[in-house]
Amino acid sequence: MRGAFLAFTAGAVFGLGLIISEMANPKRVQGFLDITGQWDPTLVFVMVGALIVTGLGYKLVLKREKPLFAQDFSIPTNKIIDRNLLIGAVLFGIGWGLSGLCPGPAVVGASTGSLSILVFIVAMTAGMRAFELTQKNT
Amino acid sequence: MNVTEFFWLNGLVGGALIGLAAVIMMLSIGRIAGVSSIYASLFRPKSALVWQWTFIGGILSSGLLYQWLYRPIAVEINSNIFLLIVAGLLVGFGSRLGSGCTSGHGICGISRLSPRSLVATAIFIGAGVLTILFMRIVKGDI
Repeated sequence: MRGAFLAFTAGAVFGLGLIISEMANPKRVQGFLDITGQWDPTLVFVMVGALIVTGLGYKLVLKREKPLFAQDFSIPTNKIIDRNLLIGAVLFGIGWGLSGLCPGPAVVGASTGSLSILVFIVAMTAGMRAFELTQKNT
Repeated sequence: MNVTEFFWLNGLVGGALIGLAAVIMMLSIGRIAGVSSIYASLFRPKSALVWQWTFIGGILSSGLLYQWLYRPIAVEINSNIFLLIVAGLLVGFGSRLGSGCTSGHGICGISRLSPRSLVATAIFIGAGVLTILFMRIVKGDI
């Protein structure tokens, strides 16, 4: 339960970070991707801020034997750069460029009641489900 | 006052908060704060645990609270429904196929110097840049 509560706190802090940096505003994200136009470097600063904190934070936290409220750390161990990773990243990047949205900002955006965001989220969910279906067939 | 001039600070602070969120997740329950993976798990009954619901709920709540207590959140987006549907499908499918998104790979993965995440992030940024370029060409901006 404490773990679930802290996850809620993490989500709230995460959302606040997205709002403050305006990463929840598709226009600002697309501004970063618009390198031949009016380039908006805000996303670079977001990444710098995040990577400094997480880089340092992860280093310290992972020195521990285990998390505070779980049995162990669940960290991906796969190191292979495979076709799925490459193709997935391309597809994701195209969708991200087209809309300026990805899952986190979409959830924040949903809190505004924006119809466009809702349409995106439904489609995003469908896309995720479609992937699950391809997994069942293998 | 030029908004973009000062926004680097908002970006840095916002980014630091995102980083803090990721550290909270790792310290408390030992999990990567990858929104695509966590969100997707909500729709897989067997893997949906309480913490996944509360994490997503936390993001949603921050938005609601921010608007209620402070001011509106700017969401400037192309309202073309066809575009939104295609984009959503690509983001949804792509994030699952590629095992992550901007938070999972871009922040959590790169922080761990994961080769997979470094490559994935470079690629999806590249794809995004090319997509915007293509959109500008199609619109006749270039």
